[in-house]
Amino acid sequence: MTATIERPSAPSGPPPASAGGTTTRSARAEGWVRRAPLLPALVFTIVVTQIPFLLTIYYSLQSWNLVRPGSQRFVWFQNYVGVFADSQFRGVALNTIIMTLGSVIIAVVLGLLLALLLNRHFIGRGVVRTLLVTPFLITPVAAALLWKTTLLDPTYGLINFVLSPFGASGTDWVSTYPLASVMAALVWQWTPFMMLLLLAGLQSQPGDQIEAARMDGAGAWAIFRELTLPHLRRFLELGIVLGAIYLVNTFDAVYMITQGGPGTASANLPFYIYQRAFLGFDIGQSAAMGVVVVIATIIVATFALRLVFRSFGAAGSES
Amino acid sequence: MAATIEDTPTTTAPQRVEGRRRRPGVGPVLLTTLAWVVAIGFFFPVLWMVLTAFKSENAAYTDPPTLFFSPTLEQFRAVFDAGIGPYLANSVGATAISTALVLVLATPAAFALSLRPVEKTQDVLFFFISTKMLPVVAAIVPIYVVVNEIRALDNIWTLIVLYTAMNLPIAVWMMRSFFLEVPGELLEAASIDGASLGRTLREVVLPIISPGIFATGLICVIFAWNEFFFAVNLTAANAGTVPVFLVGFITSEGLYWARLSAAATLAALPVVLAGWFAQNKLVQGLSFGAVK
Repeated sequence: MTATIERPSAPSGPPPASAGGTTTRSARAEGWVRRAPLLPALVFTIVVTQIPFLLTIYYSLQSWNLVRPGSQRFVWFQNYVGVFADSQFRGVALNTIIMTLGSVIIAVVLGLLLALLLNRHFIGRGVVRTLLVTPFLITPVAAALLWKTTLLDPTYGLINFVLSPFGASGTDWVSTYPLASVMAALVWQWTPFMMLLLLAGLQSQPGDQIEAARMDGAGAWAIFRELTLPHLRRFLELGIVLGAIYLVNTFDAVYMITQGGPGTASANLPFYIYQRAFLGFDIGQSAAMGVVVVIATIIVATFALRLVFRSFGAAGSES
Repeated sequence: MAATIEDTPTTTAPQRVEGRRRRPGVGPVLLTTLAWVVAIGFFFPVLWMVLTAFKSENAAYTDPPTLFFSPTLEQFRAVFDAGIGPYLANSVGATAISTALVLVLATPAAFALSLRPVEKTQDVLFFFISTKMLPVVAAIVPIYVVVNEIRALDNIWTLIVLYTAMNLPIAVWMMRSFFLEVPGELLEAASIDGASLGRTLREVVLPIISPGIFATGLICVIFAWNEFFFAVNLTAANAGTVPVFLVGFITSEGLYWARLSAAATLAALPVVLAGWFAQNKLVQGLSFGAVK
């Protein structure tokens, strides 16, 4: 069932002409004619995105501090030993996992509830959707600023004002719960995206299926569990994978709201590596951390990519 | 099937409304109210930011918060006096030029991955999306060193190149999904009529995918405008973009909330407007065209 719904049914269809392929030379020429439009984008992407990573690996094997000119020398894996011996690094890695997974999961759950709420006709639905989408569009730096000042400020913040009837006034959220403060801003920004994605999923669910189930006397909860949730599964997977891709790179919110503090209590890997590179000027060490992060990401991503590809990626290009 | 689903969010239900209207209890009213309350709750911080931007500093710092006040443009004037102008210009330049470059590179590439697919199309697509998976932070050190080496720090073209690379994979995937919507029969008909490839592209394909090009452009604009990590590490006074201005402004004016709100409002406004306009395409862009 799921497979039949949103495939644009392979309009790439018959690859024009080349079926004959009598002379290899003309076939090869044809191949290059086909490749030509692709090459500028491909070459550009390889040069700009891959070369830096190769350099990262090279730098990670050097002892090199920008503050001490001429200090650059080859040290093999000493930086890596340093990275794994660094207890702060481990704490920060854990923060990154908590921040990424926590924000994604909360955003997905809230997004699902909102999507269900919006998946019906009511007055002003378009306006409601527009209002809900807005947090996602706000420049992250501005959003983080908004959270740090007008929302979370202990004295003048709106959150303490709203909570004051419940006796929670005067809480200094940012210094008491730094990680949670950052995550609140992230959840606020990402829930709308999950809502849009899952709403698209709900709307691609065939109505007659639900109608038939209702005719058979199925209750709302049973319909949700047995029909809607399985249908949404790939959208949920996609939301989690995409959310994780974007959120694992979170920098703006940490930089703006807590500066990773107190200590490294709310620092994530992007912020920590940034600190090491641009405040500590330790190129070798930060490059080694970068490589460790990339390897970890590759492990997670191969798994995640397979998930996305299985559900969506191959759409229309079975050829 | 796919075509009927996308934009109009309500296509699946209309015939069923009759059935549901039979018992118009309080449930629907409650749910509608709930939807409105939640939406306003999510939107409120933004509204508050905009309101604060029109307040005087005294009105911005009150406990309880002030809801009614006489609006003033004083804060916006202060933000422009503090020199946001060049930063706005840099943001516009970096966003516009990188988006144009992305579209110029991505459109032919997407064509070569859809209507006239190269061999190994899947591998190429996989490569493009995998570049988005690698954390930016792992590349920033060599990028900084190289950019420093070629004397391109604090240069707007550095940002343009990086933003182009950042958005290109998304644009390729998105554009490809639009190319795949071009009906195969249409292309066949054109080739039977003896139209050249160039003419077919111009007269048959382009009209169909032009809304897609526009949507892709909007998504690239949103990402480029909001980008902060590269901007803060690679630029300063000359090529700094609006987010960089905002950060500097906090350091100097940290205690002036109304003024900060005015700056934040200016920083966020263009993208919020673009995004409201392109709501339906947002998900498509972020999911690399996977979801329509």
